[in-house]
Amino acid sequence: MEFIQNSVLPHFNYWVYVILMMIGLYAMITKKNLVKKLIGMTIFQTAIILFYVSIGVKTGSTIPILEHHAEEHGEAVTDTGGHHEEAPGEHESHDSIHAVDPDHFANPLPHVLMLTAIVVGVSTLGVALAISQSIYKDFGTLEEHEILEKIKQGGPGIDV
Amino acid sequence: MKWLGLIATAFTGILLLSATPYFPSFGDPNSPANAGVNGGVSVSQYYITETYTDTKVPNIVTAVLADYRGYDTMFETVVIFAAGVAIFAILRSFGGTTIPSHPTAIDTSVEGDHQRIIIGMTCKLIIPVIQLFALYVVAHGHHSPGGGFQGGVILGASFILMALAKELDTALARFSEKRYLALACVGIFIYSGFGLLCVALERNFLDYGILHRLMPATDEIMARSHSMLGVEVGVAFTVTAIMFAIYANLSSKGRLEQGF
Repeated sequence: MEFIQNSVLPHFNYWVYVILMMIGLYAMITKKNLVKKLIGMTIFQTAIILFYVSIGVKTGSTIPILEHHAEEHGEAVTDTGGHHEEAPGEHESHDSIHAVDPDHFANPLPHVLMLTAIVVGVSTLGVALAISQSIYKDFGTLEEHEILEKIKQGGPGIDV
Repeated sequence: MKWLGLIATAFTGILLLSATPYFPSFGDPNSPANAGVNGGVSVSQYYITETYTDTKVPNIVTAVLADYRGYDTMFETVVIFAAGVAIFAILRSFGGTTIPSHPTAIDTSVEGDHQRIIIGMTCKLIIPVIQLFALYVVAHGHHSPGGGFQGGVILGASFILMALAKELDTALARFSEKRYLALACVGIFIYSGFGLLCVALERNFLDYGILHRLMPATDEIMARSHSMLGVEVGVAFTVTAIMFAIYANLSSKGRLEQGF
């Protein structure tokens, strides 16, 4: 109980990502079917995305989009995020007119990295499915051991 | 083999979990990723505080994506384009081999007719809304959640919905192979064109500020904001085209005829 209180709960995002990632890794290692391997790869990828997004979370912060009013100019940004009562002293914005407190907005960098990673993940999954489709066309199966068997017999699609 | 895999996975999992106590706890605003190390300012803090003065873009994610990390995003777009080309190279066959054409399995009974009417009408109503929303997500991406990748995927999904609900030919009649390949190339050209335009005006590649010379009534900062919109449109073109290309090739085994 104490272990859960002290070690698991403050770090539960890491536990979730490790468990998901291991499910994906297990599928990639042991499953014989190529499509099941791809499903494992996607679960693995999702775990990484979850990991990145979860390290960007700040308690009491909002999405990294500033509120702005187009009519005014100059210091048009208003800082509305978060529920922090006391302003952190170490953050001095001496040269900027409008003070945007970084603690009020979630870390934008993991969001950016994962945004592109998701779309690239989808397109690489598309390529992987295309390759498995052409393997199926040549061998008539997606089971790994059956494909290896056919390669040993000098099956179709082998021109070496 | 199964047990070996299980042991290896469990070992890796325990190894990773044993390191988690040294990680910052969930939601910690002072973690190294969020607040920098040793009192220094982390790059994400700089993005949050300075984005609006640098670029006049309220959506920090878009500003980082299209401006600060413009190189990265450009090549991500190229990766997506390359994926589309790879699928074309792997799967596309031009019907040289005589494949016995399957009789398209369309239910011609009265009940099947009713189902087709329901699906067709639903699509007719829903697809324009999806496409309008996709255009909004692209065009408003630097002011609200959204951007080229998201809007492109939504727009691509509307064509995929058309192909799923009716037939692939219906979608291909509106968005043919020639068109989507051209659109994918145009997207890349728009993005790299913005970069080369900056070089032509004697700035660094993708340093949009100088483009205010070409845009009337803008200063250097607003030019960045407008260029980001242009770049996002390029991304959206490529993503739309490649998403549909992936679906069309996979569902018809590269023949781009009615699938199954």
